[in-house]
Amino acid sequence: MKLTWWKWLTVALLLYTVVGGMLSDVPRLAILNETIRNLFFHVPMWFGMILILLVSVVYSIKYLRNPLSRNDIIANEAAKVGILFGVLGIVTGMEWARFTWGEFWSNDPKQNASAIGLLIYFAYLILRGSFQDHQQRARISAVYNIFAFAALIPLLFILPRLTDSLHPGNGGNPGFNAYDMDSSLRAVFYPAVLGWTLLGIWVVHLRSRLEVLKQRFYENA
Amino acid sequence: MLLKEVIYLMQKDFVLEWRQKYAFNGMLLYVGSTVFICYLSFSLRFGGLEVPVWNALYWIILLFTAVNAISKGFAQESRGRLLYYYSVVSPQGVILAKMIYNAALMLVLSLLCFAFYTVVIGNPVQDVGMFLLTIVLGAIGFASSLTMISGIAAKAANTGTLMAVLSFPVMVPMLLMLMKMSKNAIDGLDPSVSLDEALTLLAINMIVVTVSYILFPYLWRS
Repeated sequence: MKLTWWKWLTVALLLYTVVGGMLSDVPRLAILNETIRNLFFHVPMWFGMILILLVSVVYSIKYLRNPLSRNDIIANEAAKVGILFGVLGIVTGMEWARFTWGEFWSNDPKQNASAIGLLIYFAYLILRGSFQDHQQRARISAVYNIFAFAALIPLLFILPRLTDSLHPGNGGNPGFNAYDMDSSLRAVFYPAVLGWTLLGIWVVHLRSRLEVLKQRFYENA
Repeated sequence: MLLKEVIYLMQKDFVLEWRQKYAFNGMLLYVGSTVFICYLSFSLRFGGLEVPVWNALYWIILLFTAVNAISKGFAQESRGRLLYYYSVVSPQGVILAKMIYNAALMLVLSLLCFAFYTVVIGNPVQDVGMFLLTIVLGAIGFASSLTMISGIAAKAANTGTLMAVLSFPVMVPMLLMLMKMSKNAIDGLDPSVSLDEALTLLAINMIVVTVSYILFPYLWRS
């Protein structure tokens, strides 16, 4: 097994996140208490999801400019990993919300927005499934991927800010913003974001290599 | 050049619609019977609708009408005719013409829906001008996002399901803004309250139209 430097970095960062995230000192805030540690696991999922979906969209654009099946494979695998991160983000968020807000689902605009975002990418997978022809599937799903991402951006970044949200930092709730997030949190949070995102990229990398090999195998078989 | 193409293609769509009146009448009947079913299932028992329910129901009826009406936009064109367009006009012309035509269609349908809704279920709207403005924005928004989606769905095998699955998540932000704006209009609030929503709607519409304009040529090629 050959590991390049960034894979070692991923392993190191995630080890640090898990150990540091569980053991380090965290500020004692009312209601949040120890659940504040979810910051290291829940929030990076969303950062990772957005970045990996961005990778997917970039490869979709690349595919439209230069129709290589490699670009399509990467766009598809990145979308799948993005969905995985989104589901993990929703699950960790719901678990946390059960104990801090009192309910798994409390009709929070950010919760709704993320659920709709996931629906878009489930639809993307269904769309991919309904074509026989490889080239047509690749091109049309690339078109939908870009279209849906453009429609998702206002959803994720603008709408929650227009309405009150239970999430920290929105609608006057205390949050992990400049004055609340102290240096001990930051010391774990930023490496956590980087580590989880790199893990996602690692998965995309492996899966798309496997797909490319599979395709080559079937072509020669 | 582009403008001429767009006008010409739009004329074609209107003429076609006029000649096949059964399709348009079918949509009218769809709106009418949906409203009537809603009347039967709500009003008889409760005697009148609460304002939020009235509002949500109106937009949900319109959403389903829009998905049904616009999905046939590309599906009804035969393969041969599409091939002919492909050799004669530019893809940008096609998508713009379809969008404008669908917006006009949606406008007519939503106004008729509003009129019928008023007659059957009642009309709590206090600021009718604002409500009509919301309808106009809604018609343009529905048409612009659904036109592109219908182009995508028409290429695939199971067009009907795909149309709904692909379009609903994309339309949710628009729908939420529209509902909020029309709620303000129903309550007769000052128009300045709805300014935020109107601007957001316009911005979403612009994004959708621009992205469709750029992407449609790739869709068209297959």
